[in-house]
Amino acid sequence: MYDFDWSSIPGALPFLWTGMKVSLQITVTAVVVGIAWGTLLAMARLSSMKLLAWLAAGYVNLFRAIPLVMVLLWFFLIVPQLLKGLFSLDPNTDVRLVSAMVGFALFESAYYAEIIRAGIQSVPKGQAAAAAALGMSYAQAMRLVVLPQAFRNMVPLLLTQAIVLFQDTSLVYVSALADFFGAAYKVGDRDGRLVELLLFAGLVYFVLCFVLSQIVRRLHKRLATA
Amino acid sequence: MITIDKVSKHYGSFQVLTDCSTQIAKGEVVVVCGPSGSGKSTLIKCVNGLEPFQSGTITVDGVSVGDPKTNLPKLRSRVGMVFQHFELFPHMSITENLSIAQEKVLGRSKDEARSKGLALLERVGLKAHADKFPGQLSGGQQQRVAIARALSMDPICMLFDEPTSALDPEMINEVLDVMVELAQEGMTMMCVTHEMGFARKVANRVIFMDKGRIVEDDAKDAFFGAPRSERAQQFLAKILSH
Repeated sequence: MYDFDWSSIPGALPFLWTGMKVSLQITVTAVVVGIAWGTLLAMARLSSMKLLAWLAAGYVNLFRAIPLVMVLLWFFLIVPQLLKGLFSLDPNTDVRLVSAMVGFALFESAYYAEIIRAGIQSVPKGQAAAAAALGMSYAQAMRLVVLPQAFRNMVPLLLTQAIVLFQDTSLVYVSALADFFGAAYKVGDRDGRLVELLLFAGLVYFVLCFVLSQIVRRLHKRLATA
Repeated sequence: MITIDKVSKHYGSFQVLTDCSTQIAKGEVVVVCGPSGSGKSTLIKCVNGLEPFQSGTITVDGVSVGDPKTNLPKLRSRVGMVFQHFELFPHMSITENLSIAQEKVLGRSKDEARSKGLALLERVGLKAHADKFPGQLSGGQQQRVAIARALSMDPICMLFDEPTSALDPEMINEVLDVMVELAQEGMTMMCVTHEMGFARKVANRVIFMDKGRIVEDDAKDAFFGAPRSERAQQFLAKILSH
């Protein structure tokens, strides 16, 4: 029987919290940028301009057909070099966090684009027609009439995607960036208590995500009845 | 006011409108009727450019709708439109529905837009509902708000696309009353509707469409007296027999 020893966890909590902050930073950036860029992609995909729609569809299909971990690796390998070259940064500057954020944001925006596209399509066409008939430009009709209704319908899906995204941030371990998972791994490795630390990390992920998804479920019910 | 000249439209190989021509003078009320699928809704949507058309020209107050150089939003802001399914904005209160385009399109101040909106609500008899949301109103009430919303832009003419088709029978009259009043005040109106009572009461002319063509374009009395085409006679016999 394996001999569990949890004693290395309490002392490691501050370090683990630092890791959690990295995970949350990446999640929040990817959600915010992902929704903004995803909205533009969704509108481009639904645009009557063929080239624009084609480019957006290409982007979305490309990112959705590649494993996230590979996208992250490419970004870790290429983006830091690129940034360093472009801005003649000190070779020792750590741009791993930034490249992780960029990688996640670009990847997730492909998924958000699809959610948002479905959301826009869920708004009856007559709404856009009514807005246009009142003299609103396409941008005004989108911003004032269509998107507010679309986002209202989409909130639960967007949050669910954010929860999945939060779990996926653990993939940044490929760059040895110390997010929450990476931090737990490091502590476990150092103290020879990998099993305990990874069980603990798993528990934290589970509790956070489970609680959040319950909140989303409640919200979904409330929106459905409203 | 509105000139439609040899307008044709097709979706792929399906011909929706064929060579439609008519004119609507300032202050005229014209009712467009015909069996479903005859293209009447499509035609009225061409007038403010909500539906594109491939050939022919439509001018509204001297502005060509099909001209790519035309500022369509600007033209549409001067042409009121009322839809079959009301299309009030469900995430905004009634007051916001009435003021949003006044503010964002015409650049009116919040106060000006609000008081204009309230005055129009009073006119359609719904002032008490100003702070409700569209979902809290009946169909007839929503359609009256929609008419008020279109009027809030001070339109030069009004387009009605089957404004009573989605309503329960007992709500049709409250909407028609508002439309009759509007017609009697001299508003230029183009109405796609099957409400022949409304047509008899206020229309100057009746246009009958079938299979994408304008089959009859007569003065009201001539149309109801003796339509020239057999198709229009059959149509009238059907809808007036009950």
